[in-house]
Amino acid sequence: MAQEIKDNDERDDAVVENNRREVERAASQGPDEISDREIEARAKRALDGDREQGIRRSAARDHDDRKYHDRGDRNGGGSNRALIGLGLGLATAGAAAFFFAKSREDDIGDGPLLSDAPDHVLRGKALQKARNTEPGTALVGRTVTVNKPKQELYAVWRDFTRFPEFMDNVRQITKIDEQRSEWLIEAPAGATVQVRTRIVEDEPGNTIAWVSEPDSQIETAGRVEFADAPPGRGTYVRLVMRYTPPAGTLGRMVAKVMQREPQVQARRDLNRFKSLMETGEIATNASPSGRKSESPTEARV
Amino acid sequence: MRALTWHGRHDVRVDTVPDPEIVNPRDAIIKVTSTAICGSDLHLYDAYIPTLRAGDVLGHEFMGEVVEVGSKSTLKKGQRVVVPFTISCGQCFFCEKQQFSACDNSNPAETSDASEALMGHSMGAAFGYAHLTGGYAGGQAEYVRVPYSDVGPLVVPDGLEDDQVLFLSDILPTGYQGAFNADIEPGDTVAVWGCGPVGLFAIQSAFLLGAHRVIAIDHYPNRLKLAKEKGADILDYREVNVLDALKEMTGGIGPDAVIDCVGMESHGMAIDNVVDTVKAHTFLGTDRPHALRQMIIACRKGGKVSIPGVYGGFVDKFPIGALMEKGLQVKSGQTHMQRWMKPLLEHIQKGEIDTTWFISHHAPLEQAAEMYRHWHDEQNTYTKIVLKPEMAKSAQSTPSAARVIEPA
Repeated sequence: MAQEIKDNDERDDAVVENNRREVERAASQGPDEISDREIEARAKRALDGDREQGIRRSAARDHDDRKYHDRGDRNGGGSNRALIGLGLGLATAGAAAFFFAKSREDDIGDGPLLSDAPDHVLRGKALQKARNTEPGTALVGRTVTVNKPKQELYAVWRDFTRFPEFMDNVRQITKIDEQRSEWLIEAPAGATVQVRTRIVEDEPGNTIAWVSEPDSQIETAGRVEFADAPPGRGTYVRLVMRYTPPAGTLGRMVAKVMQREPQVQARRDLNRFKSLMETGEIATNASPSGRKSESPTEARV
Repeated sequence: MRALTWHGRHDVRVDTVPDPEIVNPRDAIIKVTSTAICGSDLHLYDAYIPTLRAGDVLGHEFMGEVVEVGSKSTLKKGQRVVVPFTISCGQCFFCEKQQFSACDNSNPAETSDASEALMGHSMGAAFGYAHLTGGYAGGQAEYVRVPYSDVGPLVVPDGLEDDQVLFLSDILPTGYQGAFNADIEPGDTVAVWGCGPVGLFAIQSAFLLGAHRVIAIDHYPNRLKLAKEKGADILDYREVNVLDALKEMTGGIGPDAVIDCVGMESHGMAIDNVVDTVKAHTFLGTDRPHALRQMIIACRKGGKVSIPGVYGGFVDKFPIGALMEKGLQVKSGQTHMQRWMKPLLEHIQKGEIDTTWFISHHAPLEQAAEMYRHWHDEQNTYTKIVLKPEMAKSAQSTPSAARVIEPA
């Protein structure tokens, strides 16, 4: 609050200072157009301790002055406009400084995170403070409610070979043993990548977590959690993935444009999983259209 | 097959497109016997709804015969069904709450992103509308693929004509839910903006739900006359100041409930509507909510606002002050079709709801493009158009024998 008042004072000072300069300039410019007495009176008004009134009066005076300046423009007038511009600029700068200071006040402190929200929705400095953050990795996640008991959902998810049914970019999964699977994943621009994963956490009915093995083409880690929704509403299913985007942030942006970005994938994959579990099929808009390139049995995006 | 496809603003054509096929186990294929052009099809025709693509098959009011079923469909070949315009899975949280139009599964994962970004949550799907609502092919066609056919379509009992039950596909339940959402109490005066088919059904439904009086507002004499035939008092907004008229007709109190059967393309030369029109045409705005603004000002203190009319984007100059200070209740939404279809079918069977008196034209599907033009340009004469794929191609569309309207 104190800061705010101080900033306002600075801004007002700037305006008054402007008015003073303006008056001086007017005095030096057009003695034959404005009487000395008028200049004195204006200077007194502008420098008046009562700033608000001074501003209001000087605004009225600017209006009065326009008729002089319409004539004066021909011989180098218009400086008044520049001054108004300068005043506005200073006011803007003052406002910017004020909001900058304000936003710094809004910054979180050094204490623990307060929000009862999962890491993948944190932003700004809070994200940097998130548990488990590793530089260079991206964290994405999504939660959906599925109208089924969690044990049933867990059982389907635990069988990784079913992923291609609802994960759009997973072409095939081969089971190596109870813990390890070989994934064939579609990447942007028609490429494929192979990933071998190992289950590192498996709590029946609650959690499955997996990480890529060191010899995989990309580094990735996934975790799915099943939690009871409010009574009668099924299960909250949360998929969280951590990965190292190929080609860093730029690569991530490219992937986003190609709709192969993991955040988009996670959202759609979970929607399909929900659809499959609740209705026994995955909704598709496959139907006829007047577009020659399309088949009535293929989904259109 | 032949189908009506959209190609751009005011450009629809009857094209030959591939036949639909069974894709999912719960699907069925319907051979269309009757399909209507809806007022909300005009929002597509006028290109007011984003995410429609050239080549999309339109139409969401249709009925017909089951000709093919998937392994998990509960329908049988040969059954006559009327199909709700919304697509609902029947098994998600929303469907179980009977909020069918909010279905969480029908809008495919690929198309639901857009509405989630725009509105915060993905919308349920519908036939023959934009890709915001799933991008499913519509019913102004010879055949339609109907997903979740065990939940949506209603089998029509013998002895009922197509025209009697066709509007169970959208406008009758929509008008009924519009009136239902107005929470009508005994003694209530209900004002209905728009005397198109949804408005006309809202009027009948309001009386059915116990309204003391219904006042209908429009500017097409024939549509007003249709409203009067069902017992409404009518206001032509070209003749009266609607706000003054409503206040005077309700002893200064204002209508207890107001129903918006107009939606995003208000007519009239009110100054706010002219501004909205300019904005819509210059891509600075989306919806033209003049009627909605007016009805919020008209509604009595503590009254009820029901919005079955379609809106799609963002509006400004919305009278939020009046809404809050007068303590209005607002209910809205696409129709929860499966909730109303069966009870309304009973009303039709008992003769309590008239579903045919406002049909003005029957025409073959082949003439659909021409019919869209009439529907758009001659709203006074064309009060409802039913397309018949089986009707001879050369048949002249004829004003239906049921009613030849005299000038009001």
